[in-house]
Amino acid sequence: MSTTTEIDLANPAPAKPAKARSRRGLRANATLNFWLFTGPFLIGLIVFVFVPMGWSIYLSFFEARFTVSPSSFIGFDNYKAILDNPDFTGSLVTFTVFAAFIVPTTWALSLGLALLVHRIRFMKAFFRSVFFLPTAVSYVAAALIWKMSIFNGVRFGMANTILSWFGVENVAWLANPDPPWYWLVIVTLRLWLQAGFYMILFLAALQNIPAELYEAAAIDGAKPGWQTFRYITLPQLRATSTAVILLLLIAAYQAFDEFWNLLSKATWGQPPLVELYKTALGENQDYGQGSAGAVILTLLILVITLFQGRIMGFGRGEESK
Amino acid sequence: MTTTAPDLGKTPANAKKKRGGGVIGNTGLYLATGVAALLFLIPFYLIVRNALMTDPEITGENWKWFPTDIQWGNITEPFKDETVDFGRALWNSWVVAILHTSGILLICSLAGYGLARIPYKHANKVFYGVLVTLMIPTAVTFVPSFVLVSSLGWVDTYRGLIIPGLFSGFTCFLFRQYFLGFPKELEEAARVDGLSYWGAYWRVVVPNSLNFFAAMATITFISGWNSFLWPLVIGQDPSAWTIQVALSAYMTNQTVNYHLIFMSTAISILPLVLVFLFLQRWLVQGIAQTGIKG
Repeated sequence: MSTTTEIDLANPAPAKPAKARSRRGLRANATLNFWLFTGPFLIGLIVFVFVPMGWSIYLSFFEARFTVSPSSFIGFDNYKAILDNPDFTGSLVTFTVFAAFIVPTTWALSLGLALLVHRIRFMKAFFRSVFFLPTAVSYVAAALIWKMSIFNGVRFGMANTILSWFGVENVAWLANPDPPWYWLVIVTLRLWLQAGFYMILFLAALQNIPAELYEAAAIDGAKPGWQTFRYITLPQLRATSTAVILLLLIAAYQAFDEFWNLLSKATWGQPPLVELYKTALGENQDYGQGSAGAVILTLLILVITLFQGRIMGFGRGEESK
Repeated sequence: MTTTAPDLGKTPANAKKKRGGGVIGNTGLYLATGVAALLFLIPFYLIVRNALMTDPEITGENWKWFPTDIQWGNITEPFKDETVDFGRALWNSWVVAILHTSGILLICSLAGYGLARIPYKHANKVFYGVLVTLMIPTAVTFVPSFVLVSSLGWVDTYRGLIIPGLFSGFTCFLFRQYFLGFPKELEEAARVDGLSYWGAYWRVVVPNSLNFFAAMATITFISGWNSFLWPLVIGQDPSAWTIQVALSAYMTNQTVNYHLIFMSTAISILPLVLVFLFLQRWLVQGIAQTGIKG
């Protein structure tokens, strides 16, 4: 690959011109190798990420039903149409409600589990594994368990069985939006699936908090428990918390699997991705409107990400490296 | 992760706390952890329970925590079912997950190394190009990606299922972060000894990074095995379904065959649970090492 430089390295020539040539050779060698290592990935990234994005933006300005090579330019009509579509705007509301439930609950549960697992001394690995194990389960499989066994709307579902012991009538968990019990089903499902993953991030951060901080706090008279948690643990976890919240938000935006599988026949509780799927790949195959929706969604995610990064200072640690 | 790192028990503050908190504090701690663990295990138990029961028992008036008569015969049912070709879907999932994992590890680790270690003038600009793709959630690009893949004629093929997913900006990013922390001295010694970048990478860097590769392999395998949206989009024909799409098809079927559905679910989860229990130590270390922790 780079025989010339190797020879140069092996026999460092004392003469100045030779040294200059060797340095130039080294640089060329680095450039060549850089592209050798990153080239395959970058080509794929361009073909399978950047080209589709560009194509999507292009399609969003055209009338494109059942075709991906459209001819009639319609400007912003697709954008107007999809923003006028109550199903799509409603899906943005669904996302907001979903995020408002899932982000704080996952944050709190994963932090709580991390604090528990961090403090126990025996069977630490066992408990960590138990909480992390659901990460291996797919949303489809989890949706099956939730829909058919736990939150089945009839008497033999586990939730309704337990409620019946207390004399509560059968609850139709997923079958109607009023009262919106389906949120309980969806949020608990995702909590179970993802809390263990974020618990690991918090555990890693907890182990990085210097013990001296707790010693100093004890000398200053801080009571172990709530006070040390409030004034030492929580501030020390700030960077991790920020990253976790950002990841949770992005994950919430991408919600598809559990909604698709739990509420496939419903008209309510459809998040943006399910709506886009129906628009672009449903009966009408409207790639133009689907693309316009994808562009709007991407812009929204970008704005939220940047906004949150500004407020919470995500990436500061990266810059200081 | 596995070592109980900075041991708080050694500090005087904690020693005092432990004496003060005493048996009651510890019991409470274990009780809370135990109850939480139990709740986390219930769904797994329900899968096994339902998979080994008869339908009348599952849907019976009286809830039973244990099957009265364990139906071992249920294990073969998914493979006999005629509405969904479960065996085929299982095979597809294995092929896709294995090729997905090996491809992503190869391509993304090379790129991550190049970005982290090879001194090229514009490396940072290239890296920003990769970072941009992290901001675009992959799920949002599925409409244009489907358009592209269908115009390549890759619908219903392994190519269509596997190749578009290989270029993960996130995995590349994680590898870059890892290689930034890799001890430079090892590679420099190899380079002085006359190895090229390529040689140093394969003979020094990779063999010394197997823990991280194992962690990334596990994470990638799990996400490949569990992915649903893309296989749903690409698998228009049932012969191209992966196991997740097949499971989903059970839900929309007219007749609900509970024990069959739960046996299929159990079969779909089992390999991951085994892989996971075997590799969880590396997996946890790997996630903790990824640099997400900020």
